[in-house]
Amino acid sequence: MDAAPALAKPIEVEAQGLHYARGGRVIMHDLSCRFPAGRISVVVGASGCGKTTLLRMIACLNRPHAGRILIDGTEDVAHLSDGEVHAFRRRVGMLFQGGALLDSMTVFDNVALPLREHSGFPESRIRDEVHRVFEAVGLANVDELLPGQLSGGMVKRAGLARALVERPDLLLCDEPFSGLDPPTIRRIEELLLFVNQNLGGTMIITSHHNETTMRIADHVVMMVDRAAVSGRPRELLAGGDARVAEFFADVADSVPGAAP
Amino acid sequence: MSALGGVQSLGARSIAFVRDLGRFSVFSLRLGNAARRPPYRWRRLVREIYDTGVLSLVIVCISGLAVGMVLGLQGHNTLARFGATGSLGAVVGLSLIRELGPVLTSLLVAGRAGSAMAAEIASMVVTEQLDGLRMMSVDPLDFVVAPKAQAMLISMPLLSTLFVLFGIFGGYVVGVVVLGGDPGSYMSTLTDAVVFRDDVLGGFLKAGVFGLLVGLVATYRGYTALPTSTGVSAAATSTVVIASVATLIVDYFITALWGY
Repeated sequence: MDAAPALAKPIEVEAQGLHYARGGRVIMHDLSCRFPAGRISVVVGASGCGKTTLLRMIACLNRPHAGRILIDGTEDVAHLSDGEVHAFRRRVGMLFQGGALLDSMTVFDNVALPLREHSGFPESRIRDEVHRVFEAVGLANVDELLPGQLSGGMVKRAGLARALVERPDLLLCDEPFSGLDPPTIRRIEELLLFVNQNLGGTMIITSHHNETTMRIADHVVMMVDRAAVSGRPRELLAGGDARVAEFFADVADSVPGAAP
Repeated sequence: MSALGGVQSLGARSIAFVRDLGRFSVFSLRLGNAARRPPYRWRRLVREIYDTGVLSLVIVCISGLAVGMVLGLQGHNTLARFGATGSLGAVVGLSLIRELGPVLTSLLVAGRAGSAMAAEIASMVVTEQLDGLRMMSVDPLDFVVAPKAQAMLISMPLLSTLFVLFGIFGGYVVGVVVLGGDPGSYMSTLTDAVVFRDDVLGGFLKAGVFGLLVGLVATYRGYTALPTSTGVSAAATSTVVIASVATLIVDYFITALWGY
């Protein structure tokens, strides 16, 4: 994994006073949290608490009913026009829970798509860029395969390759460990750490795997009671919040200084 | 249900219908705008024409042949009462070119290709493939939806023409080969009765309008499907129902306006 492309400048994301309701149910109420630049932030919380919705808001796929999402403290992406959203998304890569690869196109064409659409590169350069990112995520001999022919772990890698191919400043990963066996989870974990350490962007991950969260997170945002508490993993666990202690009870012993 | 409840239910359904009609209109305008702007996705269009048109060839040709044979049989028996079996070619030809060709082709294609189109787009909604495109700053309307609607618009008149040709052949087989009619009369009454502008062009126009209609309905129902498995099936089912009923209603108005 030496041939990794360099990311551009990492960006800080800050949510302020987000409010969101769906089907009459309030999912977020005055939710505020910060995702530091260049770090791996993991969003955790019970199922249905709004982790994916928060990620989709940052990606401008959902709009909050109130509140702001600031990029580097200035640009509010919650209220961008359609044209501005297009420009902002060029700086963002997203790995969806199911990969979201276009199943009618080969894996190569999936990953090459954003370059073909935006870069203006000749086909030879696109081929080089795609193979470079394939190498970075540990994929080989998948050019002509369709997404349906890949295993779960390979789909995640291919999705990650597509998210990284335009060298985003911000990488969003929605449940990258779900539906995978433990060895594959470890491999994806290592891959995300490698991407963060070597490519240098800001990474926001949603997960309900506490062990993984403790291993890879620089910063944890826990969504609870429609709001959020956040901090470094060890600080968060040592903070004395009963809700946090209960949520992380299965891993508290494995985090030095975190056990009560 | 009380009378008041019935009125409330009717009112709610009416509002929902008008709202859906409004959304459909906005969707159609956005789709037209996306299709008009470059880049023109010729390769995707050709693939969609294959899916919509080529894969419908067999069903359309067989159906056309069967309908023509039935028309030949019924027409021959009816005309025999008046001693006018020589006019069978005109009866079969006019029935097919003016009405049965475009209308039955539209119903068949809505059932085969329209439902598949809606289900494919809806499943792309479910699996977040359209969101994946948005995250690459690629407009799904332009990349996925527009080529499908355009393919339907192009394929329908061609399929309708094939339906008519096979129908005329089917009528010939029954009326001339099986029942012993005069082949010269069959062809001469057919060519004498059919007026190019009123009949052929009118039938072609109808098929084009039906193609546009089925394409818009199928893509709209798929694009706005609920992101669930039942959403996919509902999109496919409603496409067939709405496109079929709309075809029959619009057929009346075209017939009236075209001056038959």
